[in-house]
Amino acid sequence: MTHAAALLPLTVAWPLLGAVLLAGPGRWLPRLGADALASAWATAQLALLAWLWSAAGDGRIISWVAAWTPVDGHSVGIVLAADRIGGGLALLAAALVLAALGYSWHYFDEPESERGHGGAFPALLLLFEAGMCGFALTGDLFDAFVFFELMGVAAYALTAYRVEEPRPLQGALAFALTGSVAGYCALLGIGLLYSRTGELAFARIGEVLDREPAGPVSAAAFALIATAMLVKAAAVPFHFWLPDAHAEAPSPVCMLLSGVMVELGLYGLLRVYWTVFSGPGGIPAEAFRTTFLVVGALTALTGGVLCWQQRHLKRLLAHSTVGHMGLFLCAAALLTPAGTAGAALYALGHAGAKAALFALVGVLLDRFGSVDEHGLYGRGRDLVAAGALTVTGALALAGLPPFGTGLGKSVAEHATVHEAPWLLPVFLLVPAVTAGAVLRAALRVFAGAGTTPRQRHAGPETTGSGEEPEVRDPSRRVPRVMLVVPALLLGASLAVGLLPGLAHRIAEAAARFCDPAGYAAAVTGRTVPAAGPRVPEAGWTATGVLLGLAGTLLAVAMAAAALWGPALKGPAAVAARTAADRLTVLAVVPLRRLHSGHVGDYVAWLAAGLAALMVVFALCT
Amino acid sequence: MNRTARTTLFWCAALAIALCYGISCGHLPGFGGSFHPYADRAVPAALAHRTANAVASVNFDQRGFDTLGEEFILFTAVLGAAMVLRRARDEHTVSPRPGRVLPTVRLAGTVLLPVALVTGVYVIAHGQLTPGGGFQGGVALATGLHVAYLAADYRVLRNVRPRTVLDLADAMAAGAFAALGLAGLAWGSAYLENVLPWGVQGQIVSGGTVPLLNAAVGVEVGSALVVLLAAFLDQALEIETG
Amino acid sequence: MTTTLLAAAPATGQATTDPLPYLAAGWILLAGLHGLVTSRHAVHAIGCLTVVQSGTYVLLLAVGYRRGATAPYFTDIPPTTPVADPVAHALTLTDVVVGAAVSALLLALVLQTAKRHGTADPDALTGLKG
Repeated sequence: MTHAAALLPLTVAWPLLGAVLLAGPGRWLPRLGADALASAWATAQLALLAWLWSAAGDGRIISWVAAWTPVDGHSVGIVLAADRIGGGLALLAAALVLAALGYSWHYFDEPESERGHGGAFPALLLLFEAGMCGFALTGDLFDAFVFFELMGVAAYALTAYRVEEPRPLQGALAFALTGSVAGYCALLGIGLLYSRTGELAFARIGEVLDREPAGPVSAAAFALIATAMLVKAAAVPFHFWLPDAHAEAPSPVCMLLSGVMVELGLYGLLRVYWTVFSGPGGIPAEAFRTTFLVVGALTALTGGVLCWQQRHLKRLLAHSTVGHMGLFLCAAALLTPAGTAGAALYALGHAGAKAALFALVGVLLDRFGSVDEHGLYGRGRDLVAAGALTVTGALALAGLPPFGTGLGKSVAEHATVHEAPWLLPVFLLVPAVTAGAVLRAALRVFAGAGTTPRQRHAGPETTGSGEEPEVRDPSRRVPRVMLVVPALLLGASLAVGLLPGLAHRIAEAAARFCDPAGYAAAVTGRTVPAAGPRVPEAGWTATGVLLGLAGTLLAVAMAAAALWGPALKGPAAVAARTAADRLTVLAVVPLRRLHSGHVGDYVAWLAAGLAALMVVFALCT
Repeated sequence: MNRTARTTLFWCAALAIALCYGISCGHLPGFGGSFHPYADRAVPAALAHRTANAVASVNFDQRGFDTLGEEFILFTAVLGAAMVLRRARDEHTVSPRPGRVLPTVRLAGTVLLPVALVTGVYVIAHGQLTPGGGFQGGVALATGLHVAYLAADYRVLRNVRPRTVLDLADAMAAGAFAALGLAGLAWGSAYLENVLPWGVQGQIVSGGTVPLLNAAVGVEVGSALVVLLAAFLDQALEIETG
Repeated sequence: MTTTLLAAAPATGQATTDPLPYLAAGWILLAGLHGLVTSRHAVHAIGCLTVVQSGTYVLLLAVGYRRGATAPYFTDIPPTTPVADPVAHALTLTDVVVGAAVSALLLALVLQTAKRHGTADPDALTGLKG
């Protein structure tokens, strides 16, 4: 094996060892020591992954764990396969873990009496990282389940970190129950596939499935596994846990949940589809495309509508993540290299912007003990830097060129125009709405703009007032690192759009990602055919820039309408306001009522989604 | 949704799931059949490494990477549970009251405690030969220790399980699994490679690294369960709000 | 159907067309989901979650079963003896540990939730909505 292949499993083992050190001997370290150790450890992991990413080139690094290399194409071991999409997601996870560790450097303060848990938070972050890296890099279905669960367990625990408060516990409980049901659905699907094919590696399952025409087993197994991935990816109707968990998790954890974990769910869905189910024995491409374009569009619209309606800032950002996930799902579900490249670039740009926004909301929580847009009206006037960064983040979310979000959106739109032009309005509208909501909130909180907001609204809502500050001492200055980290993240989002060659490399990787034959050859030890699918064009186009600018203008206009609209006089303005209120009561309030915070509802919707997928795929195979 | 709407939605979904799943079951290879390609490779691979227990060979040798993840799921869950159940800022500890135990129960416990511990160690040590191994033996060890709670009281249990030592053992044993993998990289060619001499099949020293990994898992599971139960028992018996 | 399962001395590896064990797995899964949907207490919900998970054990073990074969332990049997699928058993073992770990964390969450909310009834936990 090459050095890169031999070192690939270390991307999982290294953070695990770091977590062990922090949770074991690390309990006697002072706070500063534990943070320094964790940061150094995460930096080394980032360097290792960056090196592997460059070593992967436009091919794949294949590593057979425990040296069970295939004999005649068959192995009894587990294979890890890093290409630039999977490896890139692991790299993104490592970067965000480092950012979260840096951000929380001055974040939590443990009471002196509570010794022995100082290393627990960074240890859990490293365990989370190990789960994400393992999930992104594995080439084995059951191994993917194991790391899916590791990722999940670490995320549930991190969400519940603030145990003094009731709501984080409730959010974590909803998250954990839904996530576990999802995991067991996946396992049932894995059991069906193992029974049918007697194999566990992605590529091997795919090969055996393709010996016979598609049948009900493929359909049921794919529906079960897709359900699990879509729960993680927060697609409608599997998304209910996300706002509850994201709104209540500590801000540094939200950076990871929104920035990379939900995206990994989408990655898992596509990885499993391409390597296992894309052949003649799997799911017809047309069925996949139609189903998930519809699911993606519904997800994007639901996220957009609910994001606009929020006053709890973290829930607002959480619903914006749902909206964007819908768009990524649409782009990836086109099943073309161009669509995949668009989704990957968009997710990369979004990760920086969204993580930065969560970090900035963390500043408000730190300072005021509230994340209520209405309650904080005008109170952030002295936080100039945070305000400027939040506005920048909102513009990045809208897809303003040259942010990476703008580039990704442009590539995704370009890919969509050819395959599903009816999706274009969704791509234009949803980022604008979510960015408009963030802009509206930022201007209200940091500039005191617009009219004084109403305190009570029709329908169910979580206000976000009366949150415990995550830090004890609200009178202190905002630690500089809590502003430096979001600034760096926004810079990274900008760099995704500006770095020459990055888009082309991701396009190459996307072409490889959509090449199941090449993947199967690589992981079974055969020679990989030199010619893969054609590498799509990925870069700035004049249309893309114009659409990005139009989306940003729309976002600004919507924010302005929300802020100053209520003060407008004249019959036209009154009529518009009345119409908007009617629409809210008719369409939005029922939608909000569905987000009830009740675990039973969430599981019922999960079952309904699973049933729908099963029926659709059974009819199509 | 109200209860009726929720239940109705679920029943509709459940019927559809049952139908599709039921049809797919009819298309699976027959129950008890001989179509097991992976197993047909795994059994010779286990025998080649002189591991009599083929399940242990799959778990600790062929698919050891799964078990690494699995062990750390347990580690994470215990770390997370201990964190969730930590004493919060607004809570204080009280000392638990001594319990009253019948002499016969006390006698049974005194006899059972060493038996349970020896059984646990035996099960761990023979994991490469017979059904059992680190996970099963570790559970036996942890359960054995809690006989002290049943047969005496909580204060006795606290004395037989030094929490700090076990916390450390939990972490170190989990780390040992990951570190043994590094040995494969250092002396062999791949992470978790079975680099030790394989020994003679059927003897206690056989299977290469399998017994060592089993031992690491045994210590980890045993101490993790004790730490976990300690977190729950502390919460129930020692921590009070206000 | 039970009689088919217990039929005397069939040849090794001979399959039956009886999908009952697979169906049982699906039934258990749905029963657990029903419990989760209608649960009135969070601890009960976690119990139902473990029922959901039991469905996966049953499926994996049913898949691993081989008629007329013995357990995959070669301590005192010749290496050519037909044995049940050790891979399916290994997967089940992993599944059991994962399930136990997840349940432990969930119970810890419920314990604290009950303490902080004063209730563990999902109908009464209404802090998050919209």
